[in-house]
This record gives sequence, C-alpha cells and structure tokens, in this order.
Amino acid sequence: MLAKRVIPCLDVAGGRVVKGVNFVGLRDAGDPIELAELYDAQKADEVVFLDITATSDKRATAQELASRASASLHLPYCVGGGFRSVEDMRSMIAAGADKVSVNSAAVADPSLISRAAAAFGSQAVVVAVDAKAVAGRPNRWEVYVAGGRKATGIDAVAWAAQAARAGAGEILLTSMDRDGSREGFDCALTRAVARAVDIPVIASGGVGCLEHFAQGILEGEADAVLAASVFHFGEFTISQVKESMRSFGIPVRL
Amino acid sequence: MTIAVVDYHKGNLLSVQRGLQAAGAQVAVTDRASDIASAGAIVLPGVGAFADAADTLRRLGLDGLLRRRVAEGAPFLGICLGMHLMFEEGVEGAPEPDDEESSHNAVGLGILPGVVGCLPRTDEAGNPYKIPHVGWNTVSLAGEGADSSAASALFDGIPDGEYFYFTHSYAVPDGPFVIGRTRHSVRFPSAVRYGDRAFGVQFHPEKSSEAGHRLLRNFVSLAQEG
Repeated sequence: MLAKRVIPCLDVAGGRVVKGVNFVGLRDAGDPIELAELYDAQKADEVVFLDITATSDKRATAQELASRASASLHLPYCVGGGFRSVEDMRSMIAAGADKVSVNSAAVADPSLISRAAAAFGSQAVVVAVDAKAVAGRPNRWEVYVAGGRKATGIDAVAWAAQAARAGAGEILLTSMDRDGSREGFDCALTRAVARAVDIPVIASGGVGCLEHFAQGILEGEADAVLAASVFHFGEFTISQVKESMRSFGIPVRL
Repeated sequence: MTIAVVDYHKGNLLSVQRGLQAAGAQVAVTDRASDIASAGAIVLPGVGAFADAADTLRRLGLDGLLRRRVAEGAPFLGICLGMHLMFEEGVEGAPEPDDEESSHNAVGLGILPGVVGCLPRTDEAGNPYKIPHVGWNTVSLAGEGADSSAASALFDGIPDGEYFYFTHSYAVPDGPFVIGRTRHSVRFPSAVRYGDRAFGVQFHPEKSSEAGHRLLRNFVSLAQEG
C-alpha cells in the first residue's frame, strides 16, 4: 500500500535554511544539505528545497545546492523558487533535482506546465499553489503569487484543477492563512483541492502539534504532509510524526 | 568491470550514476555502442516517455545491441522507463489509436512479451486512485507466481514487503517473468527478470534509501561475478 509521505521543506536564502513566519521575519536554521541528510536518516520520504531568494542571476547557487544534494541524499528531492522557463528547470534537473516546482511563472503562463511535463514527464513537475481565504466568502480561496505578496483574483481550487489538466504531477498546496500559525493545516482548503484533482496533493502550512499531520491526511485528504520549522528546530523528528500518523491508522514508511 | 549507464538524452542520470558508484561499481554514462558492447553490465535508467526513448535508442543504433547483450547473458538492470523499454510495446507517448483494430503503440526492445499500459485510475470496486503513483510503496516478493529463486539474487538481504520509491503512470504486463508486485489501484508487476541476470524494476533504487542501496549492491555483485 502506498505510504502517506512526510516531507520537510527547507526554505533556502543565500545558501542557508530559513523559515518565514507568515512569509516575513526570517530566522536562520542551518546548512541545507546537513539538515537534509539528517532528515534522510530519519526516513523523510522526500525533501523540498525552496529557494526564496531565487532570481535568474542567483540560479547558480541553487544549481550548486542541487548538485550537492544529489551527491549526499538517497531520497527524492524537489527544488522550487523563481523558475521562469523550461530551460531554467532543465538546468536544475541536469544538476540532479528529481522534481521542480513552479508557482508564479505558471500562473502567468499556464503553458509552462504542459511544456515542462512534455520535457521532463509529469512526475517531475510540481505546481506550488499559495492560497488565502477570501474574506466573507466561505470555502473560497484565492491564489497569491510572488512569494505570497501579490493577489491574483484566481480561484485556488479551479487553478489546481487546471494545473493538473495541463500535466502537473503534484500540487504543493500552502495555506497562507495557516502558514506559521501553528493552528494546523487548512483542511477545508486541502480537501477541496484534493477532490478537484486526480494527482497527489501535498498539504503545507500551519503544523503546530503531532496530531495536525494526521488531520491533514484524514480530514484534508492529502497524499503527503509538509512542514518546516517544527523539524528544523528539532521540535519533532520525522519518526515521531510517522509514529503519530501510524497511531491514526495511516500507512507510513517507518 | 565497468557498468554502462545508457544515456538516451532524457534528464538526469546523475543519481543512478552516483547510486551505482556508492554500491562499488565503476560507471560510464554513455550513448556509444562501443562502450555498451564492451561493458561488463548495463543499466538502462528511466525518465521521459516510452515512444520518445525507444526512438532515441533506435536512432543511436542501440536497440539491437541491447537485445543481443541481454540474450548473451550480460547483467542488465532496467529502471522505471528502462524496465518498460524491455517489453514489446508501450502506449506512453504513442499516437492515439484511430480504431480498436489498429495498434499505434510504440515499439520497445521486446526482451519480454506484452504491452506497457496505463495504471488504472480506479480499483476493481471503482474507488479513485491518484495517478501518477508517487511515493513509497511495498514490494511483495513472495506473492503468487513470484519466482523467489531468481528474485533472491537481486533482493538478497531485502525483506519481503520492503518500501521503495515509485513515480510513474504506466505499468508493465503480468507474466511468469514477474518477481515482485506492488498494490496501488491494481496489483502490478514492480520487478521482473529475463533469465537470471537481466532485471527490471519499476521503482527507483537510487532514490530508495538503504533498501535501494542494497539492491544496487546486489546487482553490482552479480555483475562483478562476471
């Protein structure tokens, strides 16, 4: 039976791991490769590196990171942040990344998803969706781009469905309302997206206690759960999270 | 003894190369027939689409060579799409059939019989499943029809039901050559063999942590036995 995945996310800026609280107030949490090796040993199911400072001229740093990661890690990993073109993604995959995630550029030009899927296969293309609840409209979420700074007016559930049809292999869904809040995943949002697409959905944003991981799977109907700070600061190990999920009857790789 | 990792110009072979090196092998990533003809063992890795990869192998003049080396008993490991290419035909990336009579499937190496098809999106009871099948799933070696003696060389020291990392939307047909199976929407073959020195695996051993490392070491040992 396919195990539900536990994925630590490493937000990287200037070659160091940082984690924004509600996307502001960055704190340094160490060397990305060292941390990823620790998670590999703890049986993380994969790792996401998000280069939050990535711009085309800083691309070389991210490529170096991908290359170091493929030399040290024995698990799949995804790199995201600032891809504008298939060529940007190709250089990252050539450097050793198993998957690339796209966000703003795919919203600006959805054909980027289908072109990337044609070039690398759907399994390598993750579409990251940052969603925020629309005030006064229950069960409506809006897509934000540019690292959560810019509203688009696009419905998050409809966008995820469109991305899946275009050839995305997975949706990495972050609730901006919950990110950094420690209140748990936005399970209503996650479930709405999970039911609208036939590809795996990774829930992200809001973990504060062990039970939240199981909630993301059972109530949010996610295929994988992602968190950052709670891992980086040693609050929980990956194994503790998986033990907790297993106690709820969720299949995990221990 | 050098293991040739066949480069058919699709994506990243770095992980496979490093995985085999970590397992103790000398590795050459190559698209040259002469390298593949003289290699002690061959790994056909897997990224991209079936039709495209099969075309590239033919264009490079490697299809007949790979068939011949496997038939002669060269140690061989096909990974993911590399496993799919061992079969006669694949639907991935092939033109849509005009009608039910005509087959427009892409032609593979034909080392093993049958057509590589899509994993169904529902199980027998109609429950929906996510495709691609992405993540860690278990491989049962002892299941019905599995040939445990051949499986043991490749899976030596790996417990039945161990987790491996998968990422794919297509699956190979079942048959007497299957040595491991995995359950998603349906139970599908996740490890196959041709003779006792050529293998194909649906999962990615190079991304499957310690179990994957063990499997690659087993393959390298088999190759080093000569």
